[in-house]
Amino acid sequence: MFKRRIPLFILAFVGTLLIVSVFIPPMENLGEDFTLFFDIIAVFAFFLGGGNLVRIHFGKLRRRKKDWGFSIVTLVAFFFMLTIGLLKVSSVGGVWNIPLLGIGDPAAIAASPTTEGSWFQETFNYVINPLQSTMYALLAFFVASASYRAFRAKNREATLLLLAAFIILLGRTPFGMELTRWVPESFSVLQIPNMAIWIMNSPNLAGQRAILIGIGLGVVSMSLRLILGIERSYLGEDRG
Amino acid sequence: MGKRHWILLGAIVAVIIIAAVLWLFPKERWGTVFSLLLVFGGLVALLLRSLYAKEVERRIIFLFILVAVAAPILFPITFTEKPTAVVQAVFDKIENLPSGSTVLLSFDFDPAMAPEVQPMANAISRHCLEKGHKVIFMSLWATGQALLSQSLSDYILLGFPDKVDGVDYVNIGYKAGNEGVLNVIVSNFEKMFPTDVNSVPLKDIRIFDDIASAKDVDFIMSIGGGMPGPKEWVLFVGDPGDVDVGVGVAAVVAPQMYPYYPAQVIGILGGVKGAAEYEYALKDAYPVFADMDTPGLRMMGPQTLAHIVILSFIVIGNIIYFRGRRERKQ
Amino acid sequence: MKKSTLIVMAVVVVLFLLSWVLKASALQPEQGSYILRGFLVTFAAFLTLAVMSFLYQDNPFYKFAEHLFVGVSAAFWMCMGFWTTIVQNLIPRLSTSLADYFMVPQRPEGLNLFFYTPVILGILLLMRLSPRGGWISRWPLAFIVGTTAGLNFIRYLRSDFIKQISSTFVPLLGTQWEGIGPFLSNLDLSASGQLVLLLSNWVVFLGVFTGLIYFFFSKEHKGAFGVGSRVGIWILMITFGASFGYTVMGRISLLVGRITFLFGTWLELI
Repeated sequence: MFKRRIPLFILAFVGTLLIVSVFIPPMENLGEDFTLFFDIIAVFAFFLGGGNLVRIHFGKLRRRKKDWGFSIVTLVAFFFMLTIGLLKVSSVGGVWNIPLLGIGDPAAIAASPTTEGSWFQETFNYVINPLQSTMYALLAFFVASASYRAFRAKNREATLLLLAAFIILLGRTPFGMELTRWVPESFSVLQIPNMAIWIMNSPNLAGQRAILIGIGLGVVSMSLRLILGIERSYLGEDRG
Repeated sequence: MGKRHWILLGAIVAVIIIAAVLWLFPKERWGTVFSLLLVFGGLVALLLRSLYAKEVERRIIFLFILVAVAAPILFPITFTEKPTAVVQAVFDKIENLPSGSTVLLSFDFDPAMAPEVQPMANAISRHCLEKGHKVIFMSLWATGQALLSQSLSDYILLGFPDKVDGVDYVNIGYKAGNEGVLNVIVSNFEKMFPTDVNSVPLKDIRIFDDIASAKDVDFIMSIGGGMPGPKEWVLFVGDPGDVDVGVGVAAVVAPQMYPYYPAQVIGILGGVKGAAEYEYALKDAYPVFADMDTPGLRMMGPQTLAHIVILSFIVIGNIIYFRGRRERKQ
Repeated sequence: MKKSTLIVMAVVVVLFLLSWVLKASALQPEQGSYILRGFLVTFAAFLTLAVMSFLYQDNPFYKFAEHLFVGVSAAFWMCMGFWTTIVQNLIPRLSTSLADYFMVPQRPEGLNLFFYTPVILGILLLMRLSPRGGWISRWPLAFIVGTTAGLNFIRYLRSDFIKQISSTFVPLLGTQWEGIGPFLSNLDLSASGQLVLLLSNWVVFLGVFTGLIYFFFSKEHKGAFGVGSRVGIWILMITFGASFGYTVMGRISLLVGRITFLFGTWLELI
């Protein structure tokens, strides 16, 4: 009952309500409220993520698992950020504000957490920003070595893929323009940048649209299966 | 010829090339020319090597990418851009809206995409403010609000000291809930965003005097590249609310936005190239921005060289493949 | 610890301190808190290089950076969620005194006790952390899945299905016929290039159609259906090629962004 029926009921009720609210304007308000609930629960999901992180790293630390020293880094970083974020610690020109502890200007509690001079924003600027963008920047190297190794014209399909990638890579730089500047204006579609534009607007659009329609239908039918209680894998069950 | 002779020959050629460059080019071009020679010389050497079906080691490729990206940053190469139709459409939309219109700019990105999309976000913001539009800034990503604050204080507002918070622009920041946020604002702004980032009630903010929902906004520009982002704006606000949406996206998702163009999105800025084109159009149309920092345009130099290096490696890889296949057949 | 590791560590520490001192002295004339600012810029550069060192091989510097990132960003999202959504959207609906404490405006419609629902569901979600009773988190999970399903159902049907199909019905015959000469000799992407326009429309129409045939697995790909699916593959291959080209482009841009930071903000070479 509690483990299966109630979740199935909640799902069917909320799902149906949100669909129905689109068609019946007086129910719009209720639809908005339920969406707001969803937004608030999303924050609890962030808390769950943080809690889980702390649990895992405390576990590693307690059992002295491999690399447990780095778990200390994670935990210290987590609690440091949480403290300065929740207390809204800021210092501008030597003036400290910690409104929740009654230090400095009490009105600072209303200020944005990402306001200039807040420690939270500074940590974002000098720690999160460089770390996250560098992690993704590394992919530039891997994508280069992958294209060297994997991009070989082994058959007709692979050759087509290669050709399209070639035209796009050349066409999206000024170099591509220089290469085919000699092509007369009335045949301008044969200039590499224009070929790139054409590929994006025609075959790419068609292929992406076919994929989009496929995924769209998938999402729609999955939503319906969920609301009707046919799909129950989110309950940890194999099938309904 | 022995190995020692090859080294000697190489050294002589190198000296001749260096002397030629020093003699032929002005001093300020030396860095550019030498780095290009280094990259292309290396590529030619690898190309010759590939004729013997010799594979290239991974770290050599890494090194080439690093040099190809770093050299044009140190010794800039600049190009002119011609805005493509998809970019021009966004520019024209903002340009043709009557001054005083309300534009919503959503910074839906994190640091992982920022180098690509932050330049376009900055350029579009400047364009809107210069044109006299009222701008609502927001974000569907928590990290997006931090980047938005950074953009506003470090770039956008520096050029507009007279613009007043709440009258000419407002930053309402981030809310959790992804598409849930959009589903509320499409019918009711105040319910989702009761205040701006600094807890000023929405009813006290002049911009919102005649904006009750996202449907009342004249133009929405979502800049991002993940979920939630431009796609969600189309699905949850653009289509149901019948509002014009433009998108600025990271290159990785740009191709996926084309099926929506032009019926559901009015224009697409794809990757740093899209940003560069927009910056160029902006500089071209507004002399005020002649000295504006244009990171998008600046990035096109390293971008071009890196593309050429990657294309060369694809060619080298294929030569090795076909050579190897022929040898295996024999 | 191995001796070589210690030496590397020592070198990194010395370089870090050196960079801090140099950066702080470079910032001194313009910035008030130049010592802190110098440290922050140096630390950001150190983290950038620590992550990049992974290209050589996995190492303690990279691990440090990785673990730091996980901790800091989890807390970042939590704080942002708390201040922007809990404080501004939930608290004014539940308590006037708390709303006054956090200096957020009270709701014009007054309190709404209905909003205890997400709080209860949220707390049930956190029950997942407890070793027993984790099953009760299925309730909020059902709410989340239900909302997503309800929201997506109509939107995907409208934007990704109906509108996509209607956008695919494009004119397949030219509208401005000016004779065979101009038709064949103007290969331009603008509206005046009728041949290109027609070709594009045919590619879009047939491409979507054959692409869908390729994804249709309920019928064996033979005969005319097989030809359609073959053409579909070609269209999809071009699509993937274009996507790959764009992916390369994007990744390079990110690297350019990082190197620009190192050369510009940190080393001030540009």
